[in-house]
Amino acid sequence: MTFDSAFQIVFFWFFAILGIAGGIGLITQKNPVMAALSLILNFFSIAGLYLSLQAEFIAVIQVLVYAGAIMVLFLFVIMLLKLQNEQNQQFDVMKGLAFLLGLAFLGELLLVMNSFMGKSVTGGFAMGKVEPIGMQMMTNYLFPFEMISVVLLAALIGAIVIAKKHTY
Amino acid sequence: MEPNAFMYLTVSAFMFVIGVVGVLTRRNGIVVFMCVELMLNAVNLSLITFSKMHAVAAAAGGTAADVNPAAGSMMVFFVMCVAAAEAVVGLAIVIAIFRNKLHIDINDVNILKW
Repeated sequence: MTFDSAFQIVFFWFFAILGIAGGIGLITQKNPVMAALSLILNFFSIAGLYLSLQAEFIAVIQVLVYAGAIMVLFLFVIMLLKLQNEQNQQFDVMKGLAFLLGLAFLGELLLVMNSFMGKSVTGGFAMGKVEPIGMQMMTNYLFPFEMISVVLLAALIGAIVIAKKHTY
Repeated sequence: MEPNAFMYLTVSAFMFVIGVVGVLTRRNGIVVFMCVELMLNAVNLSLITFSKMHAVAAAAGGTAADVNPAAGSMMVFFVMCVAAAEAVVGLAIVIAIFRNKLHIDINDVNILKW
């Protein structure tokens, strides 16, 4: 086993375990701020997994947009609203049912993904560099790229209209 | 064992299922919303994994010229943009609900139910 492949294994397991731990923290923490911080941990480890898949541009965007911008927005809203922690544990049957449903769904997913066992994702050519992505964005994906700006503008206006204090 | 496609997809599946269970069990609107973001990220991870898997297979098979190496990254990029827009609108809705009811317990927000 070369040093490179040993490093890859350690890198993968480190970020995989960290990411799943972040996800579990998100759904178990009672305090919404702690849940948001767990989600940031999860986003960072997903960025690490992107790096190990040689998708460097997406990894950078993940940290900048998700862990940076979106989660700051979430934290601002949580702190703005002065939420109390969830306390009473009613509907325990429903929670158990949801857990069982999740387990069934996980088993189903793993069953389907079993056919990808042993497919290599290392080596090959660089696919996540900024240059081919920028080239694609300005040629093949020019129309979706322009449409995304319209979507963002619509979201911006919609958010202002919805969250505005109505004075009528 | 070197990380293969199945291992990445397993991580992605675990994150997605954690998101599903979170949406079904949590009652705080913002946490439910964060679980949706987690599910979007899990799907993004599997998209990048599939993209890389096909690129590696094409490079091994000598058909690398036929493969668009940036296709998976572009898909994830657009998903992220839509997720950002969705987060903004969703948080605005959360604020509007909080303004009316002074809490965001989603079991209690059912005025559109008939």
